[in-house]
Amino acid sequence: MRFSSHSSALTRALTAASLGAVLALPAVACGQDTTSRNEGVSLRLGYDPYTKPGVLVTAIGGVGGDSIRAIVQRDLDYGDRVTVLPAGGEVVTSGAARVNYPLLAKIGAAAVVQSSVVPGGLRVVLHDVGGKRVIQRRTFRLPATRDTPAWRLAVHDVADEIERWITGTRGVAATRILYVKDGKVRVVDSDGENDRAVTTTGTTLSPTWHPNGRTIAYSVFGERGTQVMVRDLNSPTARRVTEAGAALNITPAFSPDGSLLVYSHGEEEGSDLFATTLEGGLGRRVTVGRGTDNVSPSFSPDGRRIAFTSGRSGHPEVYITDVDGTNAELLTDFDFGDQSYRSNPDWSPDGRMIAFQSQVSGQGFQVMTINLRDRSIKQHTSEGSNEDPSWAPDARHLVFTSTRSTGRQLYVLDTESGRLRQLTRGGGARAGAWSPPLVRSVTASATAAAGRDAQPE
Amino acid sequence: MIRITRVAPLAFGLVALLGAGCRRQQPATQPTPAIDADSAARADAAARERARQDSIANAQRAEADRLAAERAAAEQRLADARAALTAAIYFDYDRADITDEGKATLDAKLPLMSANAGLRVRVAGHTDARGSDEYNLALGQRRAAATKRYLVLQGVDANRIEVISYGEERPAAAGDDDSAYSQNRRAEFEIVAGGENLQLPTQ
Repeated sequence: MRFSSHSSALTRALTAASLGAVLALPAVACGQDTTSRNEGVSLRLGYDPYTKPGVLVTAIGGVGGDSIRAIVQRDLDYGDRVTVLPAGGEVVTSGAARVNYPLLAKIGAAAVVQSSVVPGGLRVVLHDVGGKRVIQRRTFRLPATRDTPAWRLAVHDVADEIERWITGTRGVAATRILYVKDGKVRVVDSDGENDRAVTTTGTTLSPTWHPNGRTIAYSVFGERGTQVMVRDLNSPTARRVTEAGAALNITPAFSPDGSLLVYSHGEEEGSDLFATTLEGGLGRRVTVGRGTDNVSPSFSPDGRRIAFTSGRSGHPEVYITDVDGTNAELLTDFDFGDQSYRSNPDWSPDGRMIAFQSQVSGQGFQVMTINLRDRSIKQHTSEGSNEDPSWAPDARHLVFTSTRSTGRQLYVLDTESGRLRQLTRGGGARAGAWSPPLVRSVTASATAAAGRDAQPE
Repeated sequence: MIRITRVAPLAFGLVALLGAGCRRQQPATQPTPAIDADSAARADAAARERARQDSIANAQRAEADRLAAERAAAEQRLADARAALTAAIYFDYDRADITDEGKATLDAKLPLMSANAGLRVRVAGHTDARGSDEYNLALGQRRAAATKRYLVLQGVDANRIEVISYGEERPAAAGDDDSAYSQNRRAEFEIVAGGENLQLPTQ
């Protein structure tokens, strides 16, 4: 937790809020995650909930094994829930019978991931060191051609599954992030690889994901106004969904069930949120701004409410409304000194929190989260100007725009440990939007978990 | 081919004869009165004609100069008119209301809008780089709309004014200081139709 060292009511309030957040942490560190489900295997290893379990990933035999190991180790590290041990494979030999559990325990390993490349994929065995036994065996299908984006995504999926076996929470390595640079939409893998252009013409802003992980929407500047476009990531043809004409049509967001597109529409009397179907058209009015500006909608995960930025009080604040436009209420109802400007809300995928940016006295804009249960607020950044947070599917990591180095870059933050890593290079990156999970793991074994679809990229 | 040797003495003789003849006529100090009057009159007339031509030329030059100056003045007035039509107005931080200076700049456009019924303009609203990129798009739109509303209230037909917003996306001045910020919080004007033969307002 980094805060400015002013002695003021502000700092005291922040410290109190952050202590409250820290005290609330153990519940999450224990893996009390509302999104993942126990698949009938013992997932909770015997580790101290206040520390991260040590995980050893052994050397992987077979062609491409080194790349796979490097990706999996980095993914587990980036997940911030386990500590990847640097030790080599000499303490473990192939075959569970010869695994030296006491030695592994001595070096701090709670789990060992033992893998080998097999025809068509990767065979993974997970050892519970404390329990001195194997607790998971699975063969993951991998694309035949290595080092392609699809192959990397499949390896990320392996890491995400391993993380779920160990911690109870699925990782977010098999995800991507949309963003804007030099007016063009781009997409990058969660580990910063495969950074590539999505749009090539026009000046764009505010890219956003459909829950299907394939369709996106964004706004584009035109001769006489801005329009909202929808397209498939893998197809260059974009479709205009807002009505032609001189108007402002910006900040699109899909509902969690994918059936609605909510965006901000303005002509000459302020701007309001409208909800339309993917067929397009003006749609149904959501907010009644009466000439004020209402932009940047973000759905709650149950699809029933929308958080958004509104200038109705005279300066931008974050509000929440029901999807039909009723019960609009001020969310950022707190006093943060003389500077009041709160905007760009993003509702966490587990429904518990809303991340947003707030002007902080003497510090410019910073990334904050508000807990919806008790309305406690946490400030997550303090260096440079930090804006526009977007949650990862694990409701724990965020991507946001920061000026802390040179120019604007995307950074990934772990909201629990405060750990930061730079995602983009080369300057000018902003408007990051984290994808939903892009893969459900595909197994070569006959037994698939009930209700689980296979959706490889 | 002429044989040079035979002609030479002949040519020499001719030249001598002509030269002698000219020499004989030049030193005449007292020409006959009739010839004097004629040539004096002719000289006089020639001089008067030259003077007349000079004065005509002067007058033409003066006229050309006057026309050029008038054209230049007219072009300057036209340029001033275009400048007044496309002059930007500026806003306070996070505000969309028209300042007093803004009103004066907008008022200067009114006579031109009246004198040119076919004139259509597009007002583009801009913001400085601070704050939400997305909210700034709405703020830019609000600035453009407020500008249009003022002009319409002063009598300009609403159909002649379009509004558009670029938010913080097209700064006029680079930099992260107050000077750049204040230059970027603006509404810009662009003539989209009817600007070819601008009629200046009478008076």
